[in-house]
Amino acid sequence: MITRADFEAIAAWIPMGSRVLDLGCGDGSLLAYLKATRNVDGYGIENDGASIVRCIQTGVNVIQMNIESGMKEIADQSFDIVILSQTLQAMKRTESVVADMLRVGREAIVTFPNFGYWRHRVQIALGGHMPVSNDLPYQWFDTPNVHLCTIADFEAFCRDRKYRLLGRMVFNHERELTVLPNLLGTLALYRLMRDRAPT
Amino acid sequence: MIASPLKMLFTEPLKLASGAVLSEYSLAFETYGNLNPQKTNAVLICHALNASHHVAGVYEDQAKSEGWWDNMVGPGKPVDTDHFFVIGVNNLGSCFGSTGPLSTNPATGKPYGADFPMVTVEDWVDSHVRLLDQLGIRQLAAVMGGSLGGMQAMCLSYRYPDRVRHAIVIAAAPNLSAQNIAFNEVARQAIMTDPDFYGGHFETKNTVPKNGLMVARMIGHITYISDDQMETKFGRGLSEKSEKSEDSSKPQTESVAGLKFSFEPEFQIESYLRYQGEKFSRYYDANTYLRVTKALDYFDPAAEHGGDLAKAFAPATAQFLVISFTTDWRFSPARSREIVKALLDDKKDVTYAEIDAPHGHDAFLLDNALYHRTVRAYFEHAVIASEATA
Repeated sequence: MITRADFEAIAAWIPMGSRVLDLGCGDGSLLAYLKATRNVDGYGIENDGASIVRCIQTGVNVIQMNIESGMKEIADQSFDIVILSQTLQAMKRTESVVADMLRVGREAIVTFPNFGYWRHRVQIALGGHMPVSNDLPYQWFDTPNVHLCTIADFEAFCRDRKYRLLGRMVFNHERELTVLPNLLGTLALYRLMRDRAPT
Repeated sequence: MIASPLKMLFTEPLKLASGAVLSEYSLAFETYGNLNPQKTNAVLICHALNASHHVAGVYEDQAKSEGWWDNMVGPGKPVDTDHFFVIGVNNLGSCFGSTGPLSTNPATGKPYGADFPMVTVEDWVDSHVRLLDQLGIRQLAAVMGGSLGGMQAMCLSYRYPDRVRHAIVIAAAPNLSAQNIAFNEVARQAIMTDPDFYGGHFETKNTVPKNGLMVARMIGHITYISDDQMETKFGRGLSEKSEKSEDSSKPQTESVAGLKFSFEPEFQIESYLRYQGEKFSRYYDANTYLRVTKALDYFDPAAEHGGDLAKAFAPATAQFLVISFTTDWRFSPARSREIVKALLDDKKDVTYAEIDAPHGHDAFLLDNALYHRTVRAYFEHAVIASEATA
């Protein structure tokens, strides 16, 4: 579930006037918020026709495209920041999507529901069921989430690919956490870039 | 909505891309809705190959005379004439009212016929802007077109950047592919090799290259429809005449599968294409067809920028809405994505929608709920919003 708090957390990492690409932008409300608060200039990427209509109504530029297709129409390093908000877990080609984000943008912001949250662990360990919660509201058979991960998993993923983490925020619902993030956190936000910035 | 065709005469010569000059010419046009006092609500609609200035509405006492984009333009329609002042203009070289091969050449007092010069997308846009000047419209709220009309919308955006705030480019392409040109050439050859063509001077022989026009239209029509749509609509179905035996004493051969073993039209698709071709040949001028297909072939804004489409669009200041249709194989979504890529490279404002429709290229003219919602949302939000700052 995307809340106002998520928007504010993302906005905190976005310098004024940045050129931003929002992948899986839905109705465009995050971009509209960033336009209003950070004066960004940018586009949403969305593959659902009804969402395209809502983006037009929201007043943001939107490009219909499958973000797993390689985004060939978008030039290398043509954006300051590329955002993937709560969509990572629904990607089939997760690895190439993150690589493409860092191809088209200097920095990436990735947010995802933390599968390591203790309630999820309890549901599997003691209940013996796939977790269902406010943050992961789907049953195993109808979930769009095919690549769920924990905070520890994502950090290992970035380390293996030599992505440099520029920032991390972990929330338990609306409250930011500083201790035991992988156990207590429901939502993780990361800001990353390639280890060697392309010149 | 009742439409009434208008005509504007231009006596200032128009220099064409070919170097030829039209010393005077007139443009046929129609308008719908009212121009507001600030003159900020004008929308220009550009037409494709065989259409005209009659975009919407019906003519007085002609119930079945709906304009070619009547499902898109009108009161309460996606391009709402209760708010916008919409202009439909007929391109130069057409046979529907603007100066073209059927018009009288002032130099000879006879119809131009084959002597009418080649016209290009750029020439059309130049003439449209002169019409805007005469109508007192300094800046359009939007220019909009599908297919060849989309090319005119693009062209206006970079050729006259300060004259338009939004360009809506539907089912278009940044230029024609070799395959597109090939289809056009076959159509032209069909016309030019018709014995009734007489080098384009058929008018002096009191005839028209009817068969050539018919074949040209049949070829064109195939490219407007998707393979799936043709299959759904016609498949291998036999036309009724073929299925029913007209003469019960006919030999057995036809009764087996209803086949006639003749070259008469028997598959439904054959009858359909012949019908479409025949209808077209009755109202369309062969010299116009030749010129319009050449205008398509020549359109290539990137060419004078070393093939860099982004450079061609660089002067544009308009915001863009680009729309393609998934089953369009004439101007496929990949061609629209080339346009989108150039606009993204230029950091222009652009929105792109790829509409899932089964109909092929023709989809841009048909009713499709999501397509119409997309255009409606764009006009209701983006285009109207821009009026405040115009």
